[in-house]
Order: sequence, then structure tokens, then C-alpha cells
Amino acid sequence: MKFGVVVFPGSNCDHDAFHAIGHVLQKPVEFIWHQSEDLVGCDAIILPGGFSYGDYLRTGAIARFSPVMNAVEKFAKSGGLVLGICNGFQILCEAGLLPGAMMRNAGLRFICRHVHIRVEQTDSPFTCAAKQGQILKIPIAHSDGNYNCDAATLAELERSRQILFRYTTPDGLDDKAGNPNGSMANIAGICNRERNVAGLMPHPERAMEGALDSEDGIVVFQSMVEALMGAAKATA
Amino acid sequence: MATAQTEIKVTPEIAAEHGVTREEYARIQKILRRDPNITELGIFSVMWSEHCSYKSSKVHLKRLPTRGKLVVQGPGENAGVVDIGDGLVAAFKIESHNHPSFVEPFQGATTGVGGILRDIFTMGARPIAVMDSLRFGEIAAATASGDKAQAAKGTGNVAALRSSGSTEAATRKTSEEEAAKNRRILDGVIRGVGSYGNCFGVPTVGGEVAFEPCYSQNPLVNALALGIARKEDLFFAKAKGTGNPVIYVGAKTGRDGIHGASLLASAEFTEESQQKRPNVQVGDPFMEKLLLEACLEAMKTGAVVAIQDMGAAGLTCSTCEMASRGATGIEIDLAKVPQRETGMSPYEIMLSESQERMLLVAERGREQEVLAVFKKWGLDATVVGEVKDGGLLVVKNHGKVVAQIPAHPLAEEGPVYNRPITEPKARKESELDWFHFAGDGTELTENFKKLLASPTIASKHWITEQYDTMVRTNTLAGPGASDAAVVRIKETKRALALATDGNGRWSFLNPKLGAMHAVAEAARNVAASGARPIAATNCLNFGSPEKPEVMWQFSQAVDGVGEACVALGTPITGGNVSFYNETLRKSIYPTPVIGMLGILEDASKVLKVALRKEGDVIVLLDGSTSSKAAHQAPPRAGKQREFSSSEYSKTIGGIVAGEPPAIELAAEKWVIDCLVTLAEAGTLQSAHDVSDGGLAVTLAESCFAAAGLGASVAVPEDVSAEYALFGERVARVVVSVSPEKLTALRNTARQYGVGAHEIGKVTGDNTLRIEYKGHAVIAATVAALQDIWANSLERTITNRG
Repeated sequence: MKFGVVVFPGSNCDHDAFHAIGHVLQKPVEFIWHQSEDLVGCDAIILPGGFSYGDYLRTGAIARFSPVMNAVEKFAKSGGLVLGICNGFQILCEAGLLPGAMMRNAGLRFICRHVHIRVEQTDSPFTCAAKQGQILKIPIAHSDGNYNCDAATLAELERSRQILFRYTTPDGLDDKAGNPNGSMANIAGICNRERNVAGLMPHPERAMEGALDSEDGIVVFQSMVEALMGAAKATA
Repeated sequence: MATAQTEIKVTPEIAAEHGVTREEYARIQKILRRDPNITELGIFSVMWSEHCSYKSSKVHLKRLPTRGKLVVQGPGENAGVVDIGDGLVAAFKIESHNHPSFVEPFQGATTGVGGILRDIFTMGARPIAVMDSLRFGEIAAATASGDKAQAAKGTGNVAALRSSGSTEAATRKTSEEEAAKNRRILDGVIRGVGSYGNCFGVPTVGGEVAFEPCYSQNPLVNALALGIARKEDLFFAKAKGTGNPVIYVGAKTGRDGIHGASLLASAEFTEESQQKRPNVQVGDPFMEKLLLEACLEAMKTGAVVAIQDMGAAGLTCSTCEMASRGATGIEIDLAKVPQRETGMSPYEIMLSESQERMLLVAERGREQEVLAVFKKWGLDATVVGEVKDGGLLVVKNHGKVVAQIPAHPLAEEGPVYNRPITEPKARKESELDWFHFAGDGTELTENFKKLLASPTIASKHWITEQYDTMVRTNTLAGPGASDAAVVRIKETKRALALATDGNGRWSFLNPKLGAMHAVAEAARNVAASGARPIAATNCLNFGSPEKPEVMWQFSQAVDGVGEACVALGTPITGGNVSFYNETLRKSIYPTPVIGMLGILEDASKVLKVALRKEGDVIVLLDGSTSSKAAHQAPPRAGKQREFSSSEYSKTIGGIVAGEPPAIELAAEKWVIDCLVTLAEAGTLQSAHDVSDGGLAVTLAESCFAAAGLGASVAVPEDVSAEYALFGERVARVVVSVSPEKLTALRNTARQYGVGAHEIGKVTGDNTLRIEYKGHAVIAATVAALQDIWANSLERTITNRG
């Protein structure tokens, strides 16, 4: 089992994802340079947070054209696990690997703080180690996390149970009050219909150790590890 | 001036336009043994500007302590460096970007952050944290009740301050128009600080924000950056090795920022200053992120000999300083410099302050290794010249010499001024000008609420949440969680703590004492996080050095910083002086800001402000009431005088007068050592020092940070209630401790001669109750107080009062 963390120019959470997987979970992990079209045999790809190519145009708009994204797209189409975190989520939307688009936060400001999200579905490789309805305390740090899509897409997301995480309050009672950025249907993270590509705005890699105030992010990566182990067993 | 061509004949008048005095011009002629051409004049003018040459401050800065056993590099390089153990060093420095931030708040702040980050990674250190010390004018218009307070008590006081030659009426009323302008400046600065650090990928872990009328036309934006490196991987800006290529990397050179930092920051503002907007540089954090990664990677090749960033005075400063430090010469050809615009003159290229550029010297024959790294990161990197013997800075354009100046005299032998110093006449104040304490039995909860709502005391979370405080996953204590920001060093057990402090109002009332307080509070804050303070960096923000009274303030402040740093064992490793903080001849408060670095040997023992458990004992550690100090509380008039300098006196009474609290550096040291020992032993549950707003605010903040807990406390009865609750006497820290560790705490405190007064208990009822003479003078639910404290700033800024 090997994870790959893509490095775009301007990625700045690449080292954090690397640390989370390599040092906290102690799983093999490698960096993949944005100009490489070779995913060096990785079983799961992380598109990390940051400001790829400066994001001066529109978040993720340029990164989607980088050579590595050709490889990531092929990998995704063949069923490989791809997780986009923050800027990675934005890139996946721009690349069309996930539906919808990001708008500026409702308050038009960058927001960095811990928020609470609820696990909505557990039958995905990104949430299978979590409990249904589990509330996770995980930080966000973005200007453009206001997820948006048309009504038909939203209905489809709901029907296919693609909404993996929703913002909520600490007690899980008031989703709207817990929504920091105005995202549609309080969406914090979604997956594609095939359930092998997911994106979320909160940063699970920042919530892996008690010393950093929360370990709730572990469950996301742990889910991916279990899914990969399950897949390996199935093929063995 | 901006489009000056080499053909222009230099006259003393043109020199004067460049801010070069007659004497300085004569000195230039002497160094060159001829008249300078216009390019050379431009080069001299920026290198000898106040900002680059420190010509007015140099003679004073010599008095600062800069040595210590942990100091690897003191002032003089791009940043100070200290040994932090395990073969690692920390590079850190604070720098001002005040003037550009007034002219164009967003870009001024971004380039301030960008500049200080480059200073750090130029040393070979990866930036791990940024902090910002910000001062703004008042963001709310003076209210009617405030006016009344001033009319009743403040008039004589204001007159007294004016007669003393002070430049700003301390309690001047702020109009709505001015408040709105200050809110816009604040908004731009905050967005700028955030946008740069967030994109670059360094956590902005805190700092402080304070408000005073004097910063209305002259905000202070002081940015501090901290980085770490392996000791053997440090880089210095010394050009060495004749024939080694000089390589330009990073952003292309444009016409932006010509005379930006170097001249904008070297003269006061007048009505025409808005026209200086084109002189402000524009920041590109993405470019800087690439530059960081590429520079660190290039340094790893072993082919880099020296490196310096192009900050103020751009190519001019980097070439002549590297040559001067290396005792060599440098020759460059401007035709090879990557340019953003066409038709730029040598004058413009040499003086451009375009951001995100670096100059490095590589080993001859290995330049391709270096160039390949920059190519990988998509950055311009071009050989523009080489290191030469002979000590000359030779600037060519298409092979033709356009400037030829001895590098060392240019960089190091600029004018040095021992400017006149005049102590202003002592302020004539009497008891009538001071704060009058309310009578016993007064309900103070309402005043307390007003205090919690005042912008300087209210929570800054609305600001700090616009900063990425967590990227790189090292932030153990972000803004407000602890008295200092704490970042761990992943490959070790250690963490570093950082705090910035500087009370301008106190420095205004007594520059030397105020400066000592800045050092002591920063050190105390670091210690309250559990870390041992080891070294400091300073940013000295003052008015015009041409005013003898301002130079007196400056000299006093340097003495204060020096004395305090010696006493606390924290040498100054670098920093920056910012003069000419004046608009329309009004000076700001003299504002020395101190950035303090500390080491926490065991990162798991970080102390935070939050109360932890119901039933814990609340103890006030007090260095001044110890057996060693045998400190006597000042007499009533002394207390009135001291209290008149407090945040409460300013906010509730409309009075700024008197003197800052007395300081006893030995007591500060005992408290610091005591805290560090208690933290190491794991004795404490929480720690929070007493500062702005006094004991009541300290207790409230410890409650706010804890979910559902409260505190029930009794304060001393031998002083007036307001003094006991809101007095800002220093060397005090509120700690909480579980009952079974109370004896251990007392023993340690006794060992250090620090008073340990049991003042109350942590309660589970979410109420803050403070008793005085058996009567609850403050009683409110924590939630109600927290709503005021947490949301006032946002309500004021977004004008939803």
C-alpha cells in the first residue's frame, strides 16, 4: 500500500499530508511532482491544500491542466482512490472529477478555525472507518469553500448518497449555524458516484494528534487504509 | 526624479531632491574623488537613507546587548540566529512596514510579511511562524460619555501633555470619519497579512493589535518571522571567491517601488503622501513560495556561496552589502537583469524595489546546478555578473560602465549622526489630573463590560481567524490559547515560543520604563507558555529623529531595552528602526516593540490560559510581593498616578496620564524562572499573565478559554477596588493548580522568592465572581461577558455597534 501526495507549485499542505500518512499513520507515502505523469505505483492519491499556481485566476483553474492531472484522471477512471483536501477539492471540481464548483465564502473572508462536520455516509473508502452520524472536529482554512451546484446535481448528490460530510454545530443539531462558508446544503465534502474520488474543505491532516487539539481527522485516512487493505484481500 | 536618465547632470539641488544633504554630498564626492552621475547619486541616496543606513540610530544601538552563549549570529546579517539544541538553529527578526501600510494598507502589509520571510530563508532557514504587531488609530468615534469624562477630568491633563512638548494629545477625540478611515486601514492590513502568509504556507500564529489615537495617520505594521535550519546549513550574505558568478533569481524587475522602503520610510508624511502610492511595492506570495522552495533546494546542492534578498534598495543594497561583507568587489551588467518593462534606465533598475527577488553567488563552474533548480521551479535565474577583486561595485549596462563605487564605503561608511537630544520639560501633573478611584461598594460590573469591549482588550479572533494559524501542523498554541504562540519542532521533543509586546502609551509617558516593560512583558508571556526566554528582536517605531525630543525618547528607549535584556538574559539579535512615523508633524507614541523567543524543552508541557477543572485553586504569582523584594505597595497618590496609565483609566475615565507601573527587573526574572520550573515539573493547570485591564481581565480570559468553567475569587482589600481589579502592576501571573499540587507550587514559589497568593477557586457554574471586602463587585455569567469580549471587535469594525 502506498500513498502519493501531489506537489503543485503553491501547494503548502503537501508536507502536512505527508506527515499525517507517513509519521502518524506510519504508511508508505511519496511526493509526486506536478510535471510527472507517472504515479509511481501509488494506490491512493492525495491532492493537498494550498494555492496551486497562486490561484490568482480561480482556485484550481490552472492546476487541472498540469501534466500530473492527466495521470490522476486516468487513475480515477480506473477506480483508484483520490482524495482532494481544500485546494485539492477545488481542483477536483475544476477537473470535472467531482460535480459542482466553489464560490467565495459567504462572508468574503478567509476563515481558519476548527469546525464540526458530521459523517453522512459510511459506505465510502473515505468514511468506512467512521460511525454513521459521527461528529468530527476538524479545522478549515480557506477563502473559497462555498460549495455550489445546480438543483439537479444537488438532487443527484442526495439520491446517490454522495454527500459524505456536512457542517454542523458541536452537538450536531443545527447544521446551518455550524456552516462557516455558506455552502449549499451545508456540504463540507462529497464523493463521485463511483465513490472512489472525494473532496472535502476541512483539513483532516491537521487533526491527527491530540497536541494539535483534535485527532478526529485520523478516521478519514484510516478509512482509506482499511479500504485499500480490503481491496488487497479481495484480489488476493 | 523617477524617470531620471544617466544624462542628467547632478547638482546639489538634485542631490537635495534625493534627500542627500550638502555634507553627505561632499562625502560622496570625497569617496568617488569626483562628482557622482545620476545613477551613482541614486545608489548613494538609497544606501544612505535612514531606512538602510541607520544613520541616526547607529550610535545608540551600540548600547544594546547582542552577545550570549546561544547567539550564533547577532545584528548585521539578514536575521539573528540562536542555537536551539539538537544541532538546530532558529533565525528570527522583526521589521516594520509602517509607511507603505498607511499609503496602501493591503500591499504595504503583504510586502512587509514578504520581506521578513525572505530575510529568514535567505539564511537557509525554513520559515515556521509569522507574527504581527499592529497599531491602529481608534476604530470607533468618541462617545458622548467619553467626552464627559474628558471634560470632567482630562482637560487639565491634555493641556499638561501639550505644554510638555508632546506631539499628540493623548485623549484626542476621534471623529466618525477618522474612525471609518482607521477601520479601512485595519481591514486592508489584516487582509494583506493574511493573504501573504496563507498563500505562502507559513502559519501566522499571533501577535498583538492595539489602538490609540496617535496611530490614526500612521499605523504600525511590524512583522516578525521565525525559521529553523540545521546549524551547518546556515547561509550568509558574504560574496567570496573572485570569478564566482553572481546570479539574479526570482521576479522580474519593474518600475515599482523605486524609492519605496528606502525613501518612503525616511521622511514624514505630508498632504502629498497619497501621491506616493506608486512607490509602494506589490507582493506576490506565490512567487515567494516558489522562491523559498527553490532557494532551499539550490542551497542543498552545495554550489551556493552567498545569498541575499533584494528588499529595500533592491539590487543596489544586495550587491554592495554582499561585496562589502566579503571584502570583495562585484561587477554586474544590467542588460542581463530580467526586466518586466522596456526602456528602464540603469537608475531605475538599480533602485527598483520589485519584490520576490534574490541575488546569490555560486561556485564558479557549478552555476548550472544552481540554475537547474530554479528552472525546475519555473523561476528566472540569470548570471548577471561576477565577484571581483578590488572592492569596487561596478555597474555596467550593455558593457558600458554606468556606476563605479567602492562597495565598503557605500555600505558601511555612510553618514552617522549623533543627533541633538533634548529631554522635554517634565509634565506638570497633580492629583487633579489623575484618575479618581470610585468609592467602596461601587458595582463595577458595568465598567468591566465596557473594558472587555474596548478594542485593545476585546478578543482578536475575528482578525486572527483570517490568518492560517495551523498550516505545517506545528502550532501547539495559536492566537490567544497561551500567552505566547508555541510551535513544535517535529524532529525533536522541543517547541519554540514567541511573543511580541510593546505598550506605546507607557513608552509615551516614560520611554525608558515603557521599553523595559515591553521586554519584561514579552519575556513573561513566553514564560507563561512554559518556555524559557532566550533571545529577542526589536522594532523601534519613533517620530522624526530630527526632533531632539524624539531622539531623547529613542535614546531612553534603547537604554530601557538594553537594561531589561541584560537583566533577563535575552540578548537582542537583530531588528529594525523605523523613524519618521509622523504625519503633519504629529509623532506617534514612541513604540518599541519586542519579539521574544523561548525554548520549551518538552513540547508536551506547554501551558495555556484556559482553566481546566472545577475545584482547582487559583493562585496569583507575584514577583514584587516576595520576601526577596520586600516590596511596599505605593501610597494612595502613587497608585492613582500609576493607575492613570492603565487601559481602564483610558477607556472608562478618558485619562492618559501619570506613569507606567514601576518595574523591578529582578522580580521579573524570579517570576520567569519560577514559571519555567513549574511548567517543567508539570505542576500547573493553566497560566495567564496580568497585563492590559488587570487581574479581572486575566481571570475572565482564563474562563472564556475553558468550556463551562467559572471562577470565584477575592481580591486584596488594602487598596481601592478599581486598583485591585484593573490595576496593571507587573510581574504577576494568574495560575491554576489542582489542590494536591498546591504545596509543590508554594515550595517552588518560595524557592524563587515569588509570592504565591491563593485568591480563589475554579468553579463549575460558568460564573465569574470577584469579591472585595466581602461584597461581589463583579458577578456575571461567563457567557454574557464572553459575548461582549468575543464579538465587540467585529461589531465595531463592521459597524454593527
